[in-house]
Amino acid sequence: MTLTTPETGARRAPADDPVLEIRNLSVDYGYDDDPVHVLRDVSLTLGRGEVLGLAGESGCGKSTLAYAATRLLPPPGLITGGEVLFTGRDGRKTDILRLDDQSLRESRWQDLAIVFQGAMNSLSPVYRIGRQIADGILAHRPGMSKADAMARAAEMLELVGISPDRLRSYPHQLSGGMRQRVMIAMALALEPQVLIMDEPTTALDVVMQRQIVEQIAELRDRLGFSVIFITHDVSLLIEIADRIAIMYAGEIVEDAASLDVYQRPRHPYSSALLHSFPPLRGPRRELTGIPGSPPDLAKLGGGCHFRDRCAFAWDACAALAPRLTAPDVADDDPRRTTACLRHEPERVAAAGFEAKPVPAELAG
Amino acid sequence: MRFFLRRGLFYVITFWAAVTINFFIPRIMPGDPVRALIARNQGRIPSEAEASLRILFGLDQDTTLWQQYLDYWALLFRGDLGISFTYFPTPVSDVIAQALPWTIGLVGIATILSFTIGTLLGTGIGWRRGTWADSLLPISTFFSAVPYFWLALIAITIFSVTLGWFPASGSYDRSLIPMWSWEFVGSVIYYGTLPALTIVISSISGWILGMRNMMVTVSSEDYVTVAQAKGLSERAVMFGYAARNAILPQVSSFALSLGFIVGGTLVMEIVFSYQGIGYLLFTAVAAKDYPLMQGIFLVITVAVLIANIVADIAYGILDPRTRQEG
Repeated sequence: MTLTTPETGARRAPADDPVLEIRNLSVDYGYDDDPVHVLRDVSLTLGRGEVLGLAGESGCGKSTLAYAATRLLPPPGLITGGEVLFTGRDGRKTDILRLDDQSLRESRWQDLAIVFQGAMNSLSPVYRIGRQIADGILAHRPGMSKADAMARAAEMLELVGISPDRLRSYPHQLSGGMRQRVMIAMALALEPQVLIMDEPTTALDVVMQRQIVEQIAELRDRLGFSVIFITHDVSLLIEIADRIAIMYAGEIVEDAASLDVYQRPRHPYSSALLHSFPPLRGPRRELTGIPGSPPDLAKLGGGCHFRDRCAFAWDACAALAPRLTAPDVADDDPRRTTACLRHEPERVAAAGFEAKPVPAELAG
Repeated sequence: MRFFLRRGLFYVITFWAAVTINFFIPRIMPGDPVRALIARNQGRIPSEAEASLRILFGLDQDTTLWQQYLDYWALLFRGDLGISFTYFPTPVSDVIAQALPWTIGLVGIATILSFTIGTLLGTGIGWRRGTWADSLLPISTFFSAVPYFWLALIAITIFSVTLGWFPASGSYDRSLIPMWSWEFVGSVIYYGTLPALTIVISSISGWILGMRNMMVTVSSEDYVTVAQAKGLSERAVMFGYAARNAILPQVSSFALSLGFIVGGTLVMEIVFSYQGIGYLLFTAVAAKDYPLMQGIFLVITVAVLIANIVADIAYGILDPRTRQEG
């Protein structure tokens, strides 16, 4: 894996064999009459064996999406609509949001495991790590003996490159990188089909980040699980992800193969995001931050939420909310989508505004 | 091992300092215990006896403070705490030995009950925060805000005087002979119920509140969410991950409160005329009974130290981070 040549495009067509489909998921924060709509009709499909990157600024709802899809949303978060369809190995679809408590518990870790943001706090400080890996296994394999579960835990530690005699270590005796590896080992112990990783490398230094990311890529190739990789670091995603979804203010604004996002962004926000970090190779270019700050989700109006910070906004953007559509650029991958009025000339015209073409920067 | 040696040395030094202070305080205090004794006996002791009393109490020799200090340590190691002025001529160690089991039994059991019930309630309330269970908090806080003597008097008024369910004072039926019989033990429990109940009611809110708040803090830790995500049962997450971590600060305050059992229930023992060590201290102070006071202070010091050792060990067992290994 080299830095500037990510693996080309969607190796597996995502829509053909989905393992996780998030449909119109909406999440509110607050139980009162005026809740904050943090996620609004978010849809996302994860193909079997695919690594899907989810990127966006802090507070755009990335983690909320992960928590909501696994029903781990802490109060006062409330899922107000949508479905999360999981397709098992036998092809049976279940809606995670409608499972009863018992089946939800059985499904967790077995079908879908999650690795959290806080590498440091994901392990209970008072138990040895072996026990923490084993109790997840035992919860799903009632007949299994403790010794077998420990053996499995040792196996998992070896898989992530940690010596099995570390089973008897407490979390505080491990480095941050090791703890995150232990978390990954723990998450893979039951061979789940989907692994959600919420900023798994944010708390680590760059060298450790690289090792972890390479390890995840390698394990994915070996074990064949699918990954939703959440981060605000788009450069990292371009390396690891097959497909990238860009989120802004609780909505997905662009969803495309990672190389397409990197080289041919179609949404002004994706483009701006890519211009806010330096490329390691190729010609030097001016770094531009994104002017302004993300909108207050409690005070969202209609129209496009990015318009105040967008270089290409015009009066239609205040009136019409963009929808996820195929970009209005010839020869584009038909599966990619973007939510920008520049790509919806017919709708803009039908609403009585002047239809503007896709700017050259977003059509390259 | 070095950890325990270091802790051990620390406790030895603390013990030495406590005993030394304990030795000097009564000697700095003004007043003459022999005169006080004669005055208290209102002429039943002839004033000629003053000299013999001084000899008896060891106040006749003109020894240096340093020599007294050394003698004090020597006597201490033989378990000789001197002779009580008030309970003359009973040795202080006997007086304390009579009172100590009563206090430790009653207040000890009440404290353990209060801690156990309070922590369990706190776990439940913290786990289900924001539900009806939260309304238990102000109720329990109300009872701990009420001054203890008043709460105890109200309890006596209601349960002893009006309803007649429990005796108002004492520690057992005086017509019985203290011995290990069902009848006597039953009587002790019967007499102890009301004092124990008032102690539990007035102290439980601290445990509930402490545990509840720690549960709320710990519940939002990532490892609790991970435990949920692992598909563990609700019980396993609540007790195994949330409560297991939330209980750590509770344990240290519990150990400390064990230390205060010995000296800290003065008011209860006065209100219920319970023959414990607090009541004894109260009479010792009132009577300027220096040997007894000194003895009680020593016992309290030792109790607090032992409680600290217990806390250290318990914490070491419960929290691996405090163990220094290798």
